Amino acid sequence: MSPELDQSQPLLTVNGLSHYYGSQLGCSNVGFDLYPGEVLGIVGESGSGKSTLLKCLSAVLPPSEGEVIYRDRTGLPHDIYQISESARRMLRRTDWGVVEQNPRDGLRLGVSAGANIGERMMAVGARHYGGIRSEAESWLDKVEIDLGRIDDLPTTFSGGMQQRLQIARNLVTRPRLIFMDEPTGGLDVSVQARLLDLLRGLVAELGLSVIIVTHDLAVARLLSHRLMVMQRGQVVESGLTDQVLDDPQHPYTQLLVSSVLLP
Amino acid sequence: MSEQHEAMEGYNFAYLDEQTKRMIRRAILKAVAIPGYQVPFGGREMPLPYGWGTGGIQITAAVIGHDDVLKVIDQGADDTTNAVNIRRFFSRTAGMATTTKTVAASIIQTRHRIPEQPLREDQVLVYQVPIPEPLRFMEPREVETRKMHALREYGVMHVKLYEDIARFGHIATTYSYPVLVNDRYVMSPSPIPKFDNPKMDMMPALQLFGAGREKRIYAIPPYTKVKSLDFDDYPFEVQQWEENCALCGADNSYLDEVVLDDEGNRMFVCSDSDYCEERRALGEHGGFTGEQPDLEEQNHVA
Repeated sequence: MSPELDQSQPLLTVNGLSHYYGSQLGCSNVGFDLYPGEVLGIVGESGSGKSTLLKCLSAVLPPSEGEVIYRDRTGLPHDIYQISESARRMLRRTDWGVVEQNPRDGLRLGVSAGANIGERMMAVGARHYGGIRSEAESWLDKVEIDLGRIDDLPTTFSGGMQQRLQIARNLVTRPRLIFMDEPTGGLDVSVQARLLDLLRGLVAELGLSVIIVTHDLAVARLLSHRLMVMQRGQVVESGLTDQVLDDPQHPYTQLLVSSVLLP
Repeated sequence: MSEQHEAMEGYNFAYLDEQTKRMIRRAILKAVAIPGYQVPFGGREMPLPYGWGTGGIQITAAVIGHDDVLKVIDQGADDTTNAVNIRRFFSRTAGMATTTKTVAASIIQTRHRIPEQPLREDQVLVYQVPIPEPLRFMEPREVETRKMHALREYGVMHVKLYEDIARFGHIATTYSYPVLVNDRYVMSPSPIPKFDNPKMDMMPALQLFGAGREKRIYAIPPYTKVKSLDFDDYPFEVQQWEENCALCGADNSYLDEVVLDDEGNRMFVCSDSDYCEERRALGEHGGFTGEQPDLEEQNHVA
């Protein structure tokens, strides 16, 4: 995060965002502000519009209505669907990061771990092999992957390592905003716990803003400061995470919270 | 040195009909106007299989005229099957004068080499291209690669070179080495050895590239900047040989390794057969003392 940035200005402002798949509703009239350093959780059951919303926010799926305004490092606001496609893709490579649920979608499986981390640097003009490699090493270290694996293909990594590699690959250009879609989906609990621990540390250390979509309320409680609960494309409740989970107001949120199994 | 032939009856001049030639010429004009950009064109079926030079042969058919002299090389040699057949094709369908001399040719169709003899402004070099898309091996989606070209997103090309250095300690790509044309488009130079890449830079001759199966034409106009991609700390470099050509003694040409017998004896000879012959005609000779091997045999190894 750049020091000159005014912390009281939202990083991302969303107004009246709706998306329809033909006549089918994806998400409807979503609006919120995301401030620097803030982690926003989006929870809800399958088909509630979480992933549609995340795609609209991360400039993958143009919404039917509404706007997404991002404030860049100089403090200038940009409507991400009004700027040119090249600027939008540049934003996705530099200021933003996207961590996919399935690391296969977010990694380049045919090239080594080092090349995966280096790709974004090369995409923004890094042309010094030694520099790229030492940066890749430092990020492998940060996400707790053995440096000896730098030239191995990601296909030889375990699920948890692939997910950490994906995080390193995204963070190497020092983004300000990370989108995560079920980052712990498909991982067993101990691996999940380590990943969450790592994420929490990185978010705090780098001052990242994060929008995280999950159906796991425990993950949401651990990571996010604020929570939005979605049902049938609508945001039915939002507020501070502890407040929403400890004192749910909407009947659907009450159902969701009471449905969690305790071991 | 050139031979004149009589065209066969029943074919339009140079096989293709005039409307097709106009269509290909329009694609060529666009390609020349945007150096390195792949222009789609309506590739026709040609009487030879894909992969044997259907793209190059269509370009040659579209630009050739009655006064042209055609040379065709395959891996540098004039007397391999592919080269002989394409030369004979134009002799029969256009009554073309053909030659094996680089200096005497006005159009040179090539597969996988650039002649050692520097080309002139009044010559056209036509390449046969199997895979025109340099991004293909990193990004399989055509929609995406076109967008990457349009937006100049070429970071993944360096990912491939990074991977080479990480695995082999040096850039191990030796042919089809990607180039940046006119500071704008990344282009595949067709599978020429990277030894030939520096010859493309500021070449006085017009360079045309035709991919028949993929139906793409691209071009490098004369005197255009062509830079091979590299890293600051791993600069682009070409192959070196410890030997000179065994026949003509050349120390600056691209050499082929020819196995001589079952005892592991081998020799290195110029891959450009015309260059080698010219030098020998001037009295140059290499260290090969044994019986002169049949030229045809050499070139099959090439």
